[in-house]
Amino acid sequence: MTRHTLSVLVENKSGVLARVSALFSRRGFNIESLAVGPTENPDLSRMTIVADAEAQPLEQITKQLNKLIEVIKIVELDTAAVQRELLLVKVRAPLADRAQVLQTAELFRARVIDVNTDTVTLEATGTPDKLQALLAVLAPLGIKEMAQSGTVALGRGPRSMSGAGTLRPVERSA
Amino acid sequence: MSTTSTGRTAAAHPSSAAGPAAGPAPGAGPAPATAVLPSEAAAQATLGVETTARSMAEAAAEPVSGITGAQSLVRSLEAVGVEVVFGIPGGAILPAYDPLFDSALRHVLVRHEQGAGHAATGYAQATGRVGVCMATSGPGATNLVTPLADAYMDSVPMVAITGQVPTAAIGTDAFQEADIRGITMPVTKHNFLVTDAAEIPQKIAEAFHLASTGRPGPVLVDIPKDVLQATTDFSWPPRIDLPGYKPTTRPHGKQVREAAALIAAARQPVLYVGGGVLKAGAAEELAELAELTGAPVVTTLMARGAFPDSHRQNLGMPGMHGNVTAVTALQKADLLVALGARFDDRVTGELSSFAPNAAVVHADIDPAEIGKNRKADVPIVGDAKATIVELVAALRAEHEAGRTPDLDAWWEQLEDWRTRYPLGYDWPEDGMLSPQYVIERLGAIAGPDAIYASGVGQHQMWAAQFISYEKPGTWLNSGGLGTMGYAVPAAMGAKYGMPGTTVWAIDGDGCFQMTNQELATCAIEGIPIKVAVINNGNLGMVRQWQTLFYEGRYSNTHLNTHGGKEGTARQVRIPDFVTLAEALGCVGLRCESKDDVDAVIEKAMAINDAPVVIDFIVGSDAQVWPMVAAGASNDEILAARDVRPVFGEGQV
Repeated sequence: MTRHTLSVLVENKSGVLARVSALFSRRGFNIESLAVGPTENPDLSRMTIVADAEAQPLEQITKQLNKLIEVIKIVELDTAAVQRELLLVKVRAPLADRAQVLQTAELFRARVIDVNTDTVTLEATGTPDKLQALLAVLAPLGIKEMAQSGTVALGRGPRSMSGAGTLRPVERSA
Repeated sequence: MSTTSTGRTAAAHPSSAAGPAAGPAPGAGPAPATAVLPSEAAAQATLGVETTARSMAEAAAEPVSGITGAQSLVRSLEAVGVEVVFGIPGGAILPAYDPLFDSALRHVLVRHEQGAGHAATGYAQATGRVGVCMATSGPGATNLVTPLADAYMDSVPMVAITGQVPTAAIGTDAFQEADIRGITMPVTKHNFLVTDAAEIPQKIAEAFHLASTGRPGPVLVDIPKDVLQATTDFSWPPRIDLPGYKPTTRPHGKQVREAAALIAAARQPVLYVGGGVLKAGAAEELAELAELTGAPVVTTLMARGAFPDSHRQNLGMPGMHGNVTAVTALQKADLLVALGARFDDRVTGELSSFAPNAAVVHADIDPAEIGKNRKADVPIVGDAKATIVELVAALRAEHEAGRTPDLDAWWEQLEDWRTRYPLGYDWPEDGMLSPQYVIERLGAIAGPDAIYASGVGQHQMWAAQFISYEKPGTWLNSGGLGTMGYAVPAAMGAKYGMPGTTVWAIDGDGCFQMTNQELATCAIEGIPIKVAVINNGNLGMVRQWQTLFYEGRYSNTHLNTHGGKEGTARQVRIPDFVTLAEALGCVGLRCESKDDVDAVIEKAMAINDAPVVIDFIVGSDAQVWPMVAAGASNDEILAARDVRPVFGEGQV
């Protein structure tokens, strides 16, 4: 299995997420992560889908996704694309351990966003690998809870999927 | 009706059509289209349904303000050219039925929503137009799920309109609430929940556009009751805004030329023709391509009628119950030209051993079908008609360049198989009527102009095998989903759409008991279909598998329609299809012997003022042959039970 990152522009309408996730489940495709958010065009949302698939099934995934009426465009991002996840993690940090927690945060360029006598909550962004490494270092200190986003990604270079932010839905007449 | 007449005139001058003066006063409702232009309507009445529908559409397209969402819905349906809606009213859809009462578009009141759905499908399959059905929320809508799934699998253009509980009640588990949009997402091409009455014309226009273009399919429009009751304005045509929908219909020239080059070089080609050719209306173009190539043609279950069975190049139907020559031709081919076909498991058998030596040209309008099951060497995305036309031109160029294939050896081989393994059947040993004989005679007497709609099972396979299909749109069945109960309502829809054509439902005693209540609809609405119940007293196909694969342990397949099992006291037929037919307002006939078959069919053919049901009592042990067992390779085809064809190793 290989990880593939798909960037999918969809119409910003209710039910689109349900259609996409139902499609993956019905056709037996695996989603590793899925993130949805608005784009520079209020009519469109961008879904970033990380899927595990061999090349042939991946082609089926994109073809089936393209058949969804509300899907506008799909691009598979290459490995050079910028890929980021957001991690919020609440770590046990009694006075004795606190310095180590803060030092770790600094090493990983994580920010402290909440602190109290028992815990410190960190915010970190990065590639999935970097966040895994951070968690591995924090684990012995005691992770109380954590929340992690799906991957969001953009291709490098001047080109954009939506044509320099000027994508307008194609007008079609009956 | 002067206001609408004015509006009609003004329609040619959009500036003057604007403003309240052009429409009736708020609350006055839309003018029924029949009443708009009495003199013109009367003048056109003799010209038939098409003209009436067109003038109705023109009249409905006038802008109106201050009407209800329900009126806007009915106007939209009129404007988009709908002739008939099959449906049943209920609470949430009730507002829509009020303007429907005044509309010139016909509504056929069915007895079960499943019947409405299959009737819409049958109508669409027979006429090529979009079939329309309507149901209320909750159970009304969920009863449409099976026909929607059926139409989705067989790519039938259909629009389903459902009422929904009022917007404020959505999500509260209100009475008769079902999330029909969520439920039907995987079985529709697309679906809509309309949340604003102003959007009704646009959503209806989009639904019909989606259903009928690209790869056709069912589209559901769910409208909450308060949206139907809201006050709104109507104008037509609305803007269609589907930025993500751009079906490719023109094939790529380079791909077409590559395909033509492969065809010109092939020694053992087969044109593998699927339902897409019928959907594209490409039968004539196919005939031209077939004759130009000289290649054998196989027509799948969904494509029967796309190429005349009487044509020498037609090898018949491939697949699990296809004939030996068609199946083997695919297996031994060096080139498959798949046109609007999708390499379904019932055609390929075990995929890894399907047509092992064949290069594949795969033309389909749906890019997702290409490479889904079998890798295509030359993929062509496009409408079947456009593709075949361009293929013919490219192939002509190949021929003019002197590249004409020699298919003599291939045909010699095919003719040898055809002679040695023709389709056939044995008469039941117990002296009962042969079901294959009944179907063969039905096809011979009703002829190639009749429409045949079948259920699912043994009778479906026999009807596909033993009736000669010469024309498109004469064979309707549930191919992909395999929906028992399809035949009677589909025949009803087909007959409604093609009133001048004889329409036969060929049904089994199992299937018939699932949807025969629509015969009441047929009798009342004046839709005189004919039904041949191939009554073998059992769920015949399941019984056949029990015979072959479960040591004859007939678990739950005996239906009592011949009477009780041997040794049981109750020997009456339950139900008695003759009296059942009569109870439903039809003529009921029965036939139990070979000598009576022709006479009873001819008697049914002579009755045109009422639906007719013939109960053909046939042997229980007749089997469908040839057969490739489920999951087996097509190479393992059995021509008849325990009869393995000998293909003459090394000959091809």
